[in-house]
Amino acid sequence: MTEATETTTPATALTTRLDRVGIVVAVIAVLGMDWQPFATLKPNRLISGQGLSLAASLPTLWAAIGVGVLSIATIVAVLRTGALLRLATGIASLLLLAVLIGIVPATVVPPGNAYARVSPAAGFWLMAFAFAVLTTDAVAKLRLGPLARLAMLAGAVVTVAILLGSGHWDGLSILKEYATNAQKFWREGAKHVELALGSLAAALVIGLPLGVACHRNATLRGITLPILNIIQTVPSMAMYGLMIVPLGLLAAWSPLAASLGIRGIGTAPALIALFLYSLLPVVANTVVGLGEVRRSVVEAAEGMGMTRHQRLFQVELPLALPVILTGIRIVLVQNIGLVTIAALIGGGGFGTFVFQGIGQAATDLVLLGAVPTIALAFTAAVLLDAAIELSERRRL
Amino acid sequence: MSRIIGPIARLAALGLLLALVLKPEWFVPVLKPFTENNAPVIYNQGSLLSLTLYHLGLVAIASLIGTALALVMGVFVTRKAGAEFLPLSRSLVNIGQTFPPVAVLALAVPVVGFGVKPTLIALVLYGLLPIFENTITGLKEVPENVVEAARGMGLDPTQQLFRVELPLALPVILAGIRLSVVINMGTATIGSTVAAKGLGEVIIAGLLTSNTSFILQGGIIVALLAVLIYDGLAILERRVAKRTGRLAEVAG
Repeated sequence: MTEATETTTPATALTTRLDRVGIVVAVIAVLGMDWQPFATLKPNRLISGQGLSLAASLPTLWAAIGVGVLSIATIVAVLRTGALLRLATGIASLLLLAVLIGIVPATVVPPGNAYARVSPAAGFWLMAFAFAVLTTDAVAKLRLGPLARLAMLAGAVVTVAILLGSGHWDGLSILKEYATNAQKFWREGAKHVELALGSLAAALVIGLPLGVACHRNATLRGITLPILNIIQTVPSMAMYGLMIVPLGLLAAWSPLAASLGIRGIGTAPALIALFLYSLLPVVANTVVGLGEVRRSVVEAAEGMGMTRHQRLFQVELPLALPVILTGIRIVLVQNIGLVTIAALIGGGGFGTFVFQGIGQAATDLVLLGAVPTIALAFTAAVLLDAAIELSERRRL
Repeated sequence: MSRIIGPIARLAALGLLLALVLKPEWFVPVLKPFTENNAPVIYNQGSLLSLTLYHLGLVAIASLIGTALALVMGVFVTRKAGAEFLPLSRSLVNIGQTFPPVAVLALAVPVVGFGVKPTLIALVLYGLLPIFENTITGLKEVPENVVEAARGMGLDPTQQLFRVELPLALPVILAGIRLSVVINMGTATIGSTVAAKGLGEVIIAGLLTSNTSFILQGGIIVALLAVLIYDGLAILERRVAKRTGRLAEVAG
């Protein structure tokens, strides 16, 4: 009965009407809007540039729209509002920021100047982060199902595709960097996906049977899992480096291996290192998934006259699927990140741009490698999270 | 069987690591075939011992900062005052972990420049995620009746947290710290690509000059360090879990 005795002071009335997450969002958004530059203008690709405020980087009308809408969005965030309204506000703000940043180059770069580079600055990123937090919070509170989340992902992909395809962002520095590297970008991108998926496929072909065998044989399990655990612990750069040695020797001794393109550096050591990293999540999750299948279910299948083989494929593996999919999610997200480092040993992938960019101190080139890597990893995570939930539902 | 193999393997790994770091010249005969054109066999651009200590120091500092931040945040979002942040924290941790460590590292460079700073930032930011996640999980898994009992015994919320909840959550939190330290060992190695001092230097020097002997030295030292630290923390964790298990039995 404490509520009855509590007196409502103006201060408590105010705090109950304010959203705590919203206050954090608002602080970050206001800092981004008023305190940090919205965009950076650089005379060329390598020289550091000059920060421009939101008002200075946009035509008056657009600047007014930007400040007006984003201020209203901040107020919606601070007040205790419905999750759906917050979701819509977050998405609308992010979309507006994406449109606004595309208008900056035409506004601040004199026509005919091909060297100047415009890129989003800290203010843009702070606001984008703030409204991404607002969106994420709303999504978490709404407890959106897997299909709704997939639809949101599809919406985001289509929006980015439209913004890229229409040429709206073409004036931004990362796209200028893309324009000079377009062919290489798609080649390295294909290589990146190929390495991540190829090593996953290899890990599934070896890891699933190995997981089933480990589930059935405790001795094998006791040997296999600790070894895979140790492999997983080895830092990636050391692993890639150590792969060079045996493959280099193999290529030196066997003309066949060399003619197949196996060398100390390049795709082969990268693929093997990624494959080794992928084994633990696949094998361990297969063992855990099969271990969770209830004894009574297996006995019922036996009673129905199923053979060991039928039982495995028709009962045990389907029931273990969500846990196995969780292992696949870990592998895929991890591999998409790890492929980046393969560029150090000539394995290719988006890491090529990251390390070239670091070498030349060219931020735009780093971004050209890092942004698609993050986008790929994020997409893979959302897709597989949805697949895991859908497979859990089907199992019930 | 494994009772004998475990300690022997550990000792052997530790011995090999110490020899590689302290007496690299012992390995000249083994490593010589991996060099060409009379290139140096033993890494000669700095002492392996100081690089190793620097590497460990960087990981230790980053892990301490990350652990402190993650614990404070984890405790906050599991209290009543921070409950509104709980769903958001879970989502952010999930999303944050999809960011590749190397991307975090590369993106920190334009903000703070080359050297140890971007590496430290990437290590702290990336390393705190698994600890934060496990702190939340560990504290949420403490049975409600245990907390009730503590309250009934007259413990105030602070005492409940430090005497009951955190000790019970400790094994899960430690598992997060172990994961974080291992991730940090790897990210610190990559830090050498942005000019942070550390063992990655040896591997990179080997890659740049096609000196396989350097790659082997750097790779084996980094790998042994990571595996031994992981193993040591796992042993610590099992001890704590045993103690906590008894605690939970008494409390439950």
